[in-house]
Amino acid sequence: MLLIPCPICGIRPEAEFTYAGEAHIARPAEPASLDDHAWGEFLYARTNPKGDHAERWRHTHGCGRFFNAVRNTHTDRFITSYLAGTARPHGTPSAASPDAPAMRNDTEQWGQA
Amino acid sequence: MSLRFSFDGRSYLGEPGDTLASALLANGVRLLGRSFKYHRPRGLLAAGSEEPNALVEVDRGYGARTPNLRATQVEVYDGLVARSQNRFPSLGFDLQAVNDLAAPLLSAGFYYKTFMAPRGAWAKLYEPLIRRAAGLGRAPDVADPDHYASRYAHCDVLVIGSGPAGLAAAVAASAGGARVILCDEQPRFGGSLLADRSARIDGLAAPDWVAAQVGVLASRPEVTLLTRTTAFGWYPDNMVGLAQRLTDHLPEPDPTLPRERLWQVRAKQVVIAAGAIERPLVFPGNDRPGVMLADAARTFAVRYNAAPGQRAVIATTSDTAYRAALDLQACGVEVALIADARLRADGPLPAAARAAGIRVETGMRVLATRGRRGIRVAIMGRIDLDGRVRNREWVRCSLLGMSGGWTPSLHLFSQSRGELRFDPASETFLPGASAAAERSAGSCRGVHGLDDALADGAMAGSAAAHDSGFDAALPAPCHVEGAAQAGWTSPVPARRKQRRAFVDFQNDVTSKDLLLATQEGFHSIEHVKRYTTTGMATDQGKTSNMNALSIVAAELGRPVPAVGLTTFRPPYTPVTFGTLAGYSRGVLFDPVRTTPVHGWAAAHKAVFEDVGLWKRARYFPRGDEDMHQAVARECRTVRSAVGLFDASTLGKIEIIGADAAEFMNRMYVNAWTKLAPGRCRYGLMLGENGFLMDDGVAGRLAPDRFHVTTTTGGAPRVLAQMEDYLQTEWPELQVWLTSVTEQWAVLAVQGPRARDVLAPLVDGMDIEAAAMPHMSVAVGSIVGVPMRLFRVSFTGELGFEVNVPAGHAQAVWEAVHARVEALGGCVYGTEAMHVLRAEKGYIIVGQESDGTATLGDLGLGWAIAKAKRDFVGKRSLDRADMTAVGRRQLVGLLTADPACVLDEGAQLTEAAAAPVGTRSLGHVTSSYGEATLGHSIALAMLADGRARLGETVYAQRPEGAMPVRVVDPVFLDPKGVRLNA
Amino acid sequence: MPDTLTPDRLQPRDALPILFELPYDARPLVVPGRLLLHPAPDLARLVLRGDASALGVAFSLELPTQPCRAVEANGRSALWLGPDEWLLLASPGTLVPTVSVPGAAVVDAGHRQVGLILEGPSAPDVLAAGCPLDLHPTAFPVGMCTRTVFGKAEIVLWRQDNARFHVEVWRSFAAYVHGLLERAAPL
Ligand SMILES: [Zn+2]
Repeated sequence: MLLIPCPICGIRPEAEFTYAGEAHIARPAEPASLDDHAWGEFLYARTNPKGDHAERWRHTHGCGRFFNAVRNTHTDRFITSYLAGTARPHGTPSAASPDAPAMRNDTEQWGQA
Repeated sequence: MSLRFSFDGRSYLGEPGDTLASALLANGVRLLGRSFKYHRPRGLLAAGSEEPNALVEVDRGYGARTPNLRATQVEVYDGLVARSQNRFPSLGFDLQAVNDLAAPLLSAGFYYKTFMAPRGAWAKLYEPLIRRAAGLGRAPDVADPDHYASRYAHCDVLVIGSGPAGLAAAVAASAGGARVILCDEQPRFGGSLLADRSARIDGLAAPDWVAAQVGVLASRPEVTLLTRTTAFGWYPDNMVGLAQRLTDHLPEPDPTLPRERLWQVRAKQVVIAAGAIERPLVFPGNDRPGVMLADAARTFAVRYNAAPGQRAVIATTSDTAYRAALDLQACGVEVALIADARLRADGPLPAAARAAGIRVETGMRVLATRGRRGIRVAIMGRIDLDGRVRNREWVRCSLLGMSGGWTPSLHLFSQSRGELRFDPASETFLPGASAAAERSAGSCRGVHGLDDALADGAMAGSAAAHDSGFDAALPAPCHVEGAAQAGWTSPVPARRKQRRAFVDFQNDVTSKDLLLATQEGFHSIEHVKRYTTTGMATDQGKTSNMNALSIVAAELGRPVPAVGLTTFRPPYTPVTFGTLAGYSRGVLFDPVRTTPVHGWAAAHKAVFEDVGLWKRARYFPRGDEDMHQAVARECRTVRSAVGLFDASTLGKIEIIGADAAEFMNRMYVNAWTKLAPGRCRYGLMLGENGFLMDDGVAGRLAPDRFHVTTTTGGAPRVLAQMEDYLQTEWPELQVWLTSVTEQWAVLAVQGPRARDVLAPLVDGMDIEAAAMPHMSVAVGSIVGVPMRLFRVSFTGELGFEVNVPAGHAQAVWEAVHARVEALGGCVYGTEAMHVLRAEKGYIIVGQESDGTATLGDLGLGWAIAKAKRDFVGKRSLDRADMTAVGRRQLVGLLTADPACVLDEGAQLTEAAAAPVGTRSLGHVTSSYGEATLGHSIALAMLADGRARLGETVYAQRPEGAMPVRVVDPVFLDPKGVRLNA
Repeated sequence: MPDTLTPDRLQPRDALPILFELPYDARPLVVPGRLLLHPAPDLARLVLRGDASALGVAFSLELPTQPCRAVEANGRSALWLGPDEWLLLASPGTLVPTVSVPGAAVVDAGHRQVGLILEGPSAPDVLAAGCPLDLHPTAFPVGMCTRTVFGKAEIVLWRQDNARFHVEVWRSFAAYVHGLLERAAPL
């Protein structure tokens, strides 16, 4: 069970949290002004990096707040967390760079015993 | 006091502190099991949890039968009943030992090669044969009668293992007040010190020093001491799984006690002091009973006073076996020979052995062994550089103690994702860089000597305490005398090719299998492992992995690290399922949610169904009624008189704030601004993708207050979605959400007499149609209890939903039920509710809709307030595909045979014949037998369904296609006359 | 049609006895010297959301703003559950539900959930059977309260004293929580 840093309550066990997808994808203010492609990108296109990933969590069985966190998807370690509606803190590795490959089937991690 | 126990039906005596292994050895029993594949007779190889051969079954006699226990870990108690495994008909005479003669057929990869064709033969012929022939214990065939406990625990420092390093670590770590948990898989703390007859620590004999340290630990209030507790798995963020055995060692355990307890320990720091495992030598006949690890033989003799043989030969590549020889000799075992494969052996221990008069030969190794069901002769010899055998010599013996050096136990370190580092000097892997907050201490990181291990443990313990925020002065070093000091390293000498020397004893993998695998092109240890199954048995290759790796590396002519090491995975030793399940069995498997009226329903013989975690009354049979009869009666009663239904499981959310209506406008497709207080609306909620997510009636209680209902299953999801938008997209809105699902019980009163039922009960409220039309809400009281009264209908009849605080629900229910009965009505359950709503064409989210249905598909497009600039999902509705021709639309179906009830999920086709490849036009979503309409009905999602009204399509069934007429989904009262009565 | 329905929150429900039994066997469970598990006394409960100071004025109690802390005053307890959410507990009859607090929401939750009390030196260990939080007094001191999980149910856990915990649980989960506590109580 992971430990997850809630920016309000502190470090708490994973069982209290719900994952809520990639962070910093704001709902367009005027959805009607988007063409189908742009709307589809908003709905479905995600960066899915292998590495540091800004994502949303909710402390469902705690303070109930949605918040953002940067987690490394390769090591499964949280780097930081911050309140919803605030920018990704300076100094945290930026979102997926082009050379960060998308998650592939990592046999080293998932291979069977 | 002696303990009487039985093994394979024969009775023996053991001593307190014995394991089954030591007690059987003391009784002269050497044959303990048959091997997995070849059914070869096997005895003990080891003295601890790494034992691969001696797997036994323990039978508690009340259905509690546990297979595959290591005899070296089974504690003897009075009345213990144990049996050997994998033998037929008996251990001494095993018919399937013929497998051994067929060994050439059973070599590496035999599964893959032998049984390629014919395909069908696998399941019918080979697989059952192999299953019977090869295997471990018998799985229990009844539910586990024991119960199990589970606990979370938190500490500053978890110390795993209580040998010298672990004990020293725990004492050092806890000195400054840190919370420390010390666990050990054995019944007593001390590890190797329990079998140390020569060392003195701080002037105390080793076992006495252990007792003193345990005393110190026990006196510290923040220390938790756990014996019989295996640290079996490492999980993220320093959570370590411990399996604590609580009653298996007791003759008559208190049945209220759990058998085992799972500890989920969250440790700020972990000290792994898991020790090292001695490595067998690989030579033909190395699996014969009586051939065991030298230190295991020593441990049996010293710690358990169980002589592993009368006359011993010791074969070694390391100095520690000399200590074994000396201790065995001191315990009365005749040591005929120490054969050291190394060319020189000059350390203090070899010198001591020579001084003790033991014959020591260097450059000598075991060539083979002889003896039926146990070793009688060791054939020794020297091998020159040309590979020729010289000085062959037969040595009579009943014990062959072997030592190929020591393998640090890296399992938990590796599970923590630490990097393994190969140490060429000792030809072992050692812990490298850590990935978790842990450190290894003692022989599990190659620090072997007693004084070094003690110092290493103390250092690790105080460093761990320091890193978790405690003062931790390093304790004064222990003064150690008489310990085995030197020569723990042991390069494995090159071997000549030899036949059938066992490497993995538990899976019966030989050196020959490994060579075959490399010859056949498997060059990575992960592939060799899968091909030969080496290291894949329940012991996870504790005694075999390094030998397998050395052999493969030597054969490939590559360094060991280049061949790689297989991955270690939990559990370290097998953990019974009961321990992992813990309390989650029976009624505690999942919460069983019941409504406040559940007790009444149960007392009135309701048949319940599971809806998520809820128990809901499905129908209330009377007399001999079956379900269909009861449901039909309940439906008819609702249509003709009145019915009472428990709708308490509906999700309810109170939405409050100045911007409540604006929030509703954004969340739902409907228009809410102009909905007056006192009125309700059927709300539909989409996902941002435009598909239906949930539905429910919302009533406006005040300009700033809505009482919203959701589906039973959708309640948490809807609330979470609302919170999500409020917190992250529209934080400027003055709106707050509170779940009131469980605050309000809901009594649905439905039917032409519904108003007559309630009118006398509602404390003077006017509930006539003029004051309370369909889709209205009022606040008042019923039989003195506060009430929110909704006039809504999910049946098509005049209906009310009485919301009362849950604690008063049963009293109100009884009052309402008395009126219902008096007016010729009855209670009804979810099944009748489903039929009644289907007759009216009302959908159930998740039944008619499946996450790809639009409101248009479901005939609900009328609800969309198209003038609204935006709401969740609106943009997606403009996609061309959402209104394309060919989408499946909600329709009703009438079967040609009115008695026929279609299967829900049945596919619809254009023609009766539906050969493979026929395109489905849609499927049946709901289907019910005749209730009130004189015929069965079905709802379906059908391609272009609304354009097909009146047409006939075919519903596919196993017994043949059924013609069905496509009709409007509203079967009853399309004008809503009954509804608005 | 009236502008606003008579708010039901003004109904003096405390005057009515709770007629339905608690959804579990409510007899106290005693493990001598170690644990006492019993239902909390009947309580009035309000969920408060929104502006802390406005709510504090309305209920004559300064609401805690420090996360996961409870305050008690004038026979009332306010438990911080989130940055804009409190659970107000009081004896029946002492709580006068307020009509409308500007910038806030007040919802009656008196029947939504039930309370359980665990007392005794074993209380933290018994709770640890299902609660993954560290309940050591240094990590979960007296006065701390939080929503969390107990087995597969959500609870509100409040440490009232070193060896006394108040557990709030939605009524349909109460039998499960009580059953799990009962199972774990003998340790
Ligand atoms: Zn939180």
